[in-house]
Amino acid sequence: MRNEALHIANGIINAQVSLAFAVLAGLAVALCLTRARRDLDDRLIPMAGLVAAFVFAAQMLNFPVGPGVSGHLLGGALAAILVGPWVGALCVTVVLVVQALIFSDGGLSALGLNVTNMALVGTAAAYFVVAGLLRVLPRTPGGLAVAAFLGSVIATVAASQAFMFQFFLGGDVALSGTTFGAMALSMAGIHLLIGVGEGVIAALTVGAVAKARPDLVFALRGLRRPPAAAPAMAGGVA
Amino acid sequence: MKRTSWFIAGGLLVSLLLAGVLSNFASASPDGLESALHEGCVLAEDGTIVGGDCVARRAGEHELAGPFADYSVTGVESPFLGTAVAGGVGVLLTFAVGGGLFWLVRRPSRRTPAGPAGQPES
Repeated sequence: MRNEALHIANGIINAQVSLAFAVLAGLAVALCLTRARRDLDDRLIPMAGLVAAFVFAAQMLNFPVGPGVSGHLLGGALAAILVGPWVGALCVTVVLVVQALIFSDGGLSALGLNVTNMALVGTAAAYFVVAGLLRVLPRTPGGLAVAAFLGSVIATVAASQAFMFQFFLGGDVALSGTTFGAMALSMAGIHLLIGVGEGVIAALTVGAVAKARPDLVFALRGLRRPPAAAPAMAGGVA
Repeated sequence: MKRTSWFIAGGLLVSLLLAGVLSNFASASPDGLESALHEGCVLAEDGTIVGGDCVARRAGEHELAGPFADYSVTGVESPFLGTAVAGGVGVLLTFAVGGGLFWLVRRPSRRTPAGPAGQPES
């Protein structure tokens, strides 16, 4: 039997803060939608659907990170590399919405919190790390895999600390047996390990796609088609 | 284009196998967030809180309890089959919702394939 709850449930963060993050997440998703329009073409649309489906599948695969503790992929780094940051954040959002509506995973009142942490903060953090690394790393399957690994580690820890920020604002409960600082540190530590696990999965996935179909990888687009000379460059990657 | 369709189909197949089969072998331990929220509580074998105080005590019920709640299928006895069906449904549904959303929001100008000769529609 698998553990069935992966995301923030109802009641953990108070209603006001949950609502505030729902509004924030709604605005950010709207921004992603307008930016995603620029990137979405006939090639990217099915790829984006596939990335969402793959992230859904991968989130079901909890791997052990310590005694009695597991973790699962969030997906932001993988999505940012394969379909770009805007579409990638939307892919993770779609996964979280499907999970909340169909699989009762992550409270509906907590959807804004979950979207903020995993789809927005996670993908944004991963994107900045990956974009920075790709300035120095080679744009090869190996280079992308390294970027995916480090992006995943940072993004997972960032998402865990985004939760701690929400908990700081709206977790109005007296902690017993632990302090806020200890909890934040423990969250960061566990999610560092989870990030390593996610990083391995993301690196393998991104490396495999970049090897098989470099033309479908968003992060390789700059190489694939400089505005006019696309055909001449098409074979240059791999 | 056809090659891309095969690639997408292959990726979907991998996702279906991950969510439908491999997920049954996933760790059943609480994830990082859940275990942090359970700090301070005493848990029974099956993960229910039996004593102590922790943040997770405040967790409320989910608003919806559909047929696929908690990645199982109502009425299906076997947990293996339940997870397999729920995982498969989830992958296909996520692909459909994601693909549909992205198809809807793309720029209308790109809806007609601009072939080299500007092939007209119809």
